[in-house]
Amino acid sequence: MPKFQSAAELQNFRAELLGARDPARPCIAVCAGAACDGLDSAAVAAAFLAEVDRQQLGNKVGVRTTGCHGYCEKGPNVVVTPGDICYFEVSPVDVPEIIAATLKGEVVERLVYKDPATGAKALHMQEVPFYKHQTRLLIGDNPKLDPMKIDDYLALGGYAALVKALTTMSPEQVLAEVKKANLRGRGGGGFPAGLKWETTRNAPEKTKYVIVNGHEGESAAFMDRAMLTGNPHKVLEGLIIGAYAIGAQKGFMYTRHDMPLLEKHVRNALAQAAEYGLLGKNILGSGFDFECELHFDVGIFVSGESSALMRSIEGNVPEPRPKYIRTSVSGIWDKPSNLNNVETWANVPQIIEKGADWFTSIGSEKSKGTKLVSLSGHVVNSGIVEVPMGTPLRTLVFDIGGGVRDGKTLKAIHFGGAMGGSIPADLIDAPLDFDGMSKLGAPIGAGGLLLMDEDTDMVEVARYLMDFLTKESCGKCVPCREGMAQMLQILTGITEGQGQAGDIERLQDLIEVTGVASLCALGKTSGDPLKSMFRYFKPDYEARIAGGSDPK
Amino acid sequence: MTEINLTIDGRQVKAKAGTTVLDAARREGIDIPTLCHHEKLEAFGGCRLCMVEVESRGWTSYVVSCLYPVAQDIVVRTRSEKVDRIRKVLVEELMAHAPDAPELVRLAEEYGADRNRFKREASFCVLCGLCVRYCNEVKQKNAVSFFDNGSVRQISFVPEVARNECWDCQECFAICPTSYAQAAYLLTEALAFPGQRKTAIRAAKAAAKPRVIIPIMPVPMTT
Repeated sequence: MPKFQSAAELQNFRAELLGARDPARPCIAVCAGAACDGLDSAAVAAAFLAEVDRQQLGNKVGVRTTGCHGYCEKGPNVVVTPGDICYFEVSPVDVPEIIAATLKGEVVERLVYKDPATGAKALHMQEVPFYKHQTRLLIGDNPKLDPMKIDDYLALGGYAALVKALTTMSPEQVLAEVKKANLRGRGGGGFPAGLKWETTRNAPEKTKYVIVNGHEGESAAFMDRAMLTGNPHKVLEGLIIGAYAIGAQKGFMYTRHDMPLLEKHVRNALAQAAEYGLLGKNILGSGFDFECELHFDVGIFVSGESSALMRSIEGNVPEPRPKYIRTSVSGIWDKPSNLNNVETWANVPQIIEKGADWFTSIGSEKSKGTKLVSLSGHVVNSGIVEVPMGTPLRTLVFDIGGGVRDGKTLKAIHFGGAMGGSIPADLIDAPLDFDGMSKLGAPIGAGGLLLMDEDTDMVEVARYLMDFLTKESCGKCVPCREGMAQMLQILTGITEGQGQAGDIERLQDLIEVTGVASLCALGKTSGDPLKSMFRYFKPDYEARIAGGSDPK
Repeated sequence: MTEINLTIDGRQVKAKAGTTVLDAARREGIDIPTLCHHEKLEAFGGCRLCMVEVESRGWTSYVVSCLYPVAQDIVVRTRSEKVDRIRKVLVEELMAHAPDAPELVRLAEEYGADRNRFKREASFCVLCGLCVRYCNEVKQKNAVSFFDNGSVRQISFVPEVARNECWDCQECFAICPTSYAQAAYLLTEALAFPGQRKTAIRAAKAAAKPRVIIPIMPVPMTT
């Protein structure tokens, strides 16, 4: 195994890798993302391997299990390269046929995409409507690599951005590039990552930390785990580049304890990167030292809140820290700690490699680049989607999502999980943009988009989300703990036909106080879904309170 | 130590850097209500009653004064329509648990809080954490702790520790705003080590009496 002493060694190794790989040799990529895995894609992958073995085709066709391809609705997904031929809802019995067709350069037509309306077929990924309208800069590599193999990532040009940063750029230049790219935090706030990096960089303490927040507790958000499970090296590369720019010596990956596959992939990625000399002392002979540790959450939503997360890494109970001092100045063990979300870090390598000008050419005026969105709810095509910022919601919902299930009409679009908001169907042409969506009352949050059809009971939606939050709050401060408990009581009352006059005023008081007085963002934004409901769906609430238990 | 000038309720105030707005206000005799604050304990920021309005560089924000550090030229308002409204709702929320706690009754009067505004959940504990933190920070015994999270969070005594430590201390009973700490202790005693209190009293009485020592002859051991 190589341990690269210099950038040149890595580049030579990459050249050897590519030389040994025949791009014309067909490769069958079986999705092992969470949804496909649930549909037993493992059996499909095993069938492919067994069949290749039985027919001794090892030198003619490759089989690869990969991270999430995105089209969760139609799993298990199989993509055959070259040509990116997409097969959907593949079962183990289809395997011999796919292999036979692949060897002959043919396509198994019965397994390709068929338009539900016209019956027109789409063979290649770029023709399938779900993929056609996307710009898959981050998630697009998932079908092309085995997340357990660093060589696959290297073969796709991985760690080239790290090489560029370490060999041709100073930390200041890296920072300037990220600032110029106006990369905004993908975790929910949309705060410019470059400014945050700069704060940590300029903080006087010498010891600094960088953190990947891969907690992703937001309900209806599942793209970060797809990114981190499917392409862990991309996130790690971003983190190492960020550490170089910030001057951090140590990083933490903080992620979910309840996803064995994610843990396996990240652990393996860290080990492989260390083995190749991409983590550790004197990385690629640059003199830059950096190591990274893996940490797991403790099964509570609020441990994804930055200050609570840092307390958790310290080994303490994950309660948000009440200090009026930013974690980027005083975080883990009171050292400057820069925390970014998985998707934010994943954007870093391409910004360094292709430049800020390229990055800012994608997206809307104030929100640059692409955004990963997880589509779920009453949508025809649930899955993980990546579109340029500024894309109208209509494209997401109809062109990509295929519209509302069962021919029903759209009632509301909910963004941002339990702390997000719902907007009515007539705002469907609003662009996907941090500031624009916030103004409408449905901040993008981490990017969980939930569709609700005409039969949705909006009071029940708010009650459900509030129920989730009351269980996930740490319970330290009064407005969050008591305010949410009271809001839940009132909402439960309304859904059970026990609504009373004054309920809306009581709720509005609670929203205001919880929003202003809570200690951390969980409490402060816990009333946001309800606020958006009162803005757009107040008649639903008034009718429920007046009409008793009948939801209609 | 650098001295900082700030304004609290229209008064020019000097404070040491690193101290909090609450410290500065109290030193000036300006009252800010608190429930979870205790001079011997690290500031907690849990009850949020000490929330004040701070104007800094043209921005108005609402912060808890027990944690907010004094800063040059900030303007602090300890009462305003919004601050009062926040305190009123917070007191109403707490009164759902402990409607008769003297401290809350007093605050309810001051801020016009309606003790019946929200649905009762008579657990009596307002989770200010004074007992938990006092036991941890001052006594360093950790005989009482928080359990669970969110709306079902509670305090509870740890029987293994409490049976040895609490009877001779009981200091948290006095600082509890609702007397719940005492009730929680007695419940723990009744469930986990019943009678220990009586035994202790009996032992104390016995110890107070002059002891009569009856010599006992050693009994030879049989094998």
